[in-house]
Amino acid sequence: MTRVVDVRGLRYRYADGTQALNGIDFHLDAGECVALFGANGSGKTTFVLHLNGLLEGEGHIEVCGLPLSRATADQIRAKVGLVFQDSDDQLFMPTVLEDVAFGPRNLGLAPPETETRARLALEQVGMTHAIQKAPYHLSAGEKRRVAIAGVLAMQPEILILDEPTTSLDPPAQRDLAELLANLPQAKLLVTHDTQFAEALATRAVFFERGRVAGEGSVDDIIHRFHWQAHSPRSVSLDRRSAK
Amino acid sequence: MHHRVIDQWSRGVSPLHALSAGVKLAALLGILIAISAAPTYPTIITASGLLTIAAMVSGLPFTGLLSRAAFVLPFTAIFALLTWWSGDPERALLLVAKSFLSGFAAVLFAATTPLAAWTNTLRRCRFPSTLVTVIEFLYRYLFVVAQQAETMRWAARGRGGFRFDAAGGAVGALFARSWQRADGIHRAMLARGFQGTPK
Repeated sequence: MTRVVDVRGLRYRYADGTQALNGIDFHLDAGECVALFGANGSGKTTFVLHLNGLLEGEGHIEVCGLPLSRATADQIRAKVGLVFQDSDDQLFMPTVLEDVAFGPRNLGLAPPETETRARLALEQVGMTHAIQKAPYHLSAGEKRRVAIAGVLAMQPEILILDEPTTSLDPPAQRDLAELLANLPQAKLLVTHDTQFAEALATRAVFFERGRVAGEGSVDDIIHRFHWQAHSPRSVSLDRRSAK
Repeated sequence: MHHRVIDQWSRGVSPLHALSAGVKLAALLGILIAISAAPTYPTIITASGLLTIAAMVSGLPFTGLLSRAAFVLPFTAIFALLTWWSGDPERALLLVAKSFLSGFAAVLFAATTPLAAWTNTLRRCRFPSTLVTVIEFLYRYLFVVAQQAETMRWAARGRGGFRFDAAGGAVGALFARSWQRADGIHRAMLARGFQGTPK
C-alpha cells in the first residue's frame, strides 16, 4: 500500500508555552480512512494543521512523498484538503459557486476549468441546486457539504475532516457518512463521534497529551480507552438496575 | 435573523430588482453626487421624489426602508444641532435631509441588488480586485459577527438580562471572538492555496 502521510517525531509548542504535540509518529495509506480520537486539548486539531503546513513544528512530515517545508507547502496544500470544524470559517465568498472555485483559482487554473471543477465538486456533494446561493443562507448540513466541495474542487489526494458531524442533525450525519464513504481519497477524521467513525474508519489512533497513546481497530480503541458516550437513557437504566 | 433582511430583499422580484447592477450603481452615484454638491431644497425635493418612486417600484416595505436609512441620523444629528445652535437652522435641516436621503439611496440600492451582482460590476469597471474582495469579505462577515452578537445577547438574556455596566465586557468579548474568527478564516484561506492576493 502506498503511504501518503508519514509523520515522525512531531513536536509543537504554542507561544504560551503549552506543549501541544510531544513526539507524534503517524502514517496514512492511500485509500485508508483513519479516525483520530482523544480528549479536548489532546492535540488532534494541532496535529492536522501541521499536515497542511498551517503550523510548523519540529520533526519530519512527508505527504505523498514530498517532505513538508516552506518551499513545498503550496504543493502539499493542493494534495491535502482540510475541512474545518466551523464551516463559517471556510465559506467566505459571496456565492456557493465562487466559494468552491476559490481553491482552483488559487491553483492558477484558467476560469473555464475553475468553474468546471467547482461544478463537478458541487455535483459530487449534491449541492448543484445552491450554486448561486449565499453561503449564509444554507443549513449547517449544506454548509458542511459546500465546505467539502470547496476542498474536493482542488482534487486532493488526502481529505482531513475536523469534527465533521458537529452541529449536524442525524439525517445530515447519515448523508455525510454516505458521501464520504463514496470518496476515493485517503481520509483522516478528527472526531468524538464513535458511531460515525465506526461507519467509516478502518483504523483509529488515540491522542493523549500530545502523544499517540494507542492505535488499532476502531472497536478496539473505543473499548481500550472507554471512549463511548453514555446516553441519558442507558445511565438511568444502569441506576435502576443498581437499585 | 433580522440582519439578513436587506440581503433577502435584494433577492426579490420587481422592475427595479431586474435593472442591471451597473445602471443602479450609476444612478446611486448620480444621486449622491447631486445631493452632496448642491444641497438645496429643489435638489432635495427632486431626489426625495425620485427615491420614493423607486421605492414604490421595488415593492419593498417603505417603513422598513425608512427605518434602516434612519440609522445614519444619530451621527449627523450632533453636527446638525451644533449648526442650529450656531444660528443656521436652514443649513442644519439640509444637513439632516442630505444624510438621510444618502442613507435611503444606499439602503434602496443594497435592498434591490445582490452583493455578487454589484461587486462583479465593480470588477468589470476595473475596480482594484483587492478592494472588491475586502468589500465581499466585510459584507459576508458582517452577518457572522451580527449572528455572534445576537447569540451573546440571547445568552445574556437567558441569564437574567443585559446590564449596561457589562456592555464594555461584551463588546470586548465580541471583538475577541471576531479576532478568533478572522484567524480561522485566514487559516482556511491558506489551506486552499491563498498566497496573499486574490486571483
